[in-house]
Amino acid sequence: MRLRIEAEKQLGNFHFNINADITDNRIGIFGESGSGKSTLVHMLSGHMHPDRGEIFLDSDCLFSSSRNLNLRPRHRRVGLVFQQAALFPHLSVSRNLFYGYRRCNKEHRKVTPDELIAVLKLDGLLERGVRNLSGGEKQRVALARAVLASPRMLLMDEPLSALDDGLRFQIIPYLKSVTEQFGIPCIFISHSVVEMQLMSNRILTLQSGRLNEETTPDQLARKTMARSQRGYVNLLELDGATSEGGLFAYRWGEGRLLISDGNSRSSALFELSSRDIILFQKHPEAISARNLLECRVKETFSADNRVGIVLTSGNRQLVAEIVRKAADEMQITAGSTVFAAIKASSFRRLI
Amino acid sequence: MQLTPEDITAIRLSLQIALTATLLSAPLGFAVAWLLSFKTFRGKILLEVFINLPLTLPPVVIGYFLLLMLGRNGWPGSLLNDAGIQLIFTWKAAVIASATVGFPLLVRSIRLGMDSINRQLIQAAESLGSSWFDTLITVILPLSLKGILAGSSLMFARSLGEFGATIIVAGNIPGLTQTIPLAIYDYASSPSSTAMALSLCLVSVAISVVVLFVHEYLAGTVEKRGER
Repeated sequence: MRLRIEAEKQLGNFHFNINADITDNRIGIFGESGSGKSTLVHMLSGHMHPDRGEIFLDSDCLFSSSRNLNLRPRHRRVGLVFQQAALFPHLSVSRNLFYGYRRCNKEHRKVTPDELIAVLKLDGLLERGVRNLSGGEKQRVALARAVLASPRMLLMDEPLSALDDGLRFQIIPYLKSVTEQFGIPCIFISHSVVEMQLMSNRILTLQSGRLNEETTPDQLARKTMARSQRGYVNLLELDGATSEGGLFAYRWGEGRLLISDGNSRSSALFELSSRDIILFQKHPEAISARNLLECRVKETFSADNRVGIVLTSGNRQLVAEIVRKAADEMQITAGSTVFAAIKASSFRRLI
Repeated sequence: MQLTPEDITAIRLSLQIALTATLLSAPLGFAVAWLLSFKTFRGKILLEVFINLPLTLPPVVIGYFLLLMLGRNGWPGSLLNDAGIQLIFTWKAAVIASATVGFPLLVRSIRLGMDSINRQLIQAAESLGSSWFDTLITVILPLSLKGILAGSSLMFARSLGEFGATIIVAGNIPGLTQTIPLAIYDYASSPSSTAMALSLCLVSVAISVVVLFVHEYLAGTVEKRGER
């Protein structure tokens, strides 16, 4: 999917002016509140039009002030998933799901309802009303409703912000599987770097109504490392755990990881803060941390007064974070070898 | 409790007038409430003032304006007269009087209901391929039902009690335009008819209680949607 947008709008004291040309099937829009994310969402969905400019999705023009063209929301085929699900409260789950499907031209239909309902595990909910659904169920229904209308693009406006951490990471696999399985490109809007890492390949970052930069999830996580509460969040997808002394052992790179909160049944996703990794120049004699990994330093990068160390082992990599003085004292450079100590309890299982 | 045949006619007429006024006003009230709640246009404040004016005017003043307009010298009245339609001093004039006085109550209740509709539901419907009319019928209307019910009940009750405007445009003709309040007014002016007046008062209370019960029941049914 190629998105070209050149739009300007004055909203009271807020001036929105963005110019971007980005191609990817998983685009992220990142920014703090007040950065213009919602304005951009409304412009893409057709619920707000720029004062001046043009919006193109692939070769189709959605808006052009010079051509006096503004495609109505219902003709844009842009699926919306909101923060608060926005399900029709007077309709059952089933009628919510089929609201868009029934209004979609037969030649545009590319999603089979039964298949989608199975993927999103909605079978048991179909005849229920929407008011008594849990937050996660509501969001799955909202996602299915948008996908069943066979949109050419899904616009997800902070769909996970209203959910607690447990639910948030349960929904992400659904979001990913639906967009991958049914081949629907998506634009994912969020102010969470971890969500950006999980849901996007290319990211537009907004600041004060302007495009700050086009970047990748990894670059964004590096840039925000110093000011983020959890530093650089390493996401590790691991499977095939074995039990070892009350811990879960996973193969990782050329070594293995011992994790307290593992899952022996299926694959699991863990997060590990860059601040929970302690580096040693030489192999320590005795250490209480259950993981001591011999890693090669691939590269280093600076973020304010911090230094990020990209560690590799086999084909896997981790980012550790130390203060600049420690990096100078340890003389860490690309190509050197270090030992990384990580407590088994530092890994937080997300899924 | 004793009721004369004229009293029975007054009760029937009251119900007929209130029901007709409510049913005729509901679609227009819904449209006006939709305009005020969802649309931005020049002159919106003027429209709001005009709609709400009957709330602040004495009903007799409204009755007098209606009399001027619907009489032979008013342009709507003369047009209707040319078409062979005579409204003044008929039950239809009472319907117009009730509809005019109760209309702001109806619009305000429906609008309150519409204002509470999450705008993202409208955006969701549109992005799912729904036209504005489709959205109006499948999303806005069902979600405004509680407001429509509340407004209709209020308007029905207000119409049952309408006196000032009705007596001016429809008169107080027993069997033709005399409603419950007008009949009570007649009985009240004669000291020997206290029992008759009280009987009609009791009927009036009973009708109001039934209206409130029906409203509560329907509102409860609407509220329970989506909770299975």
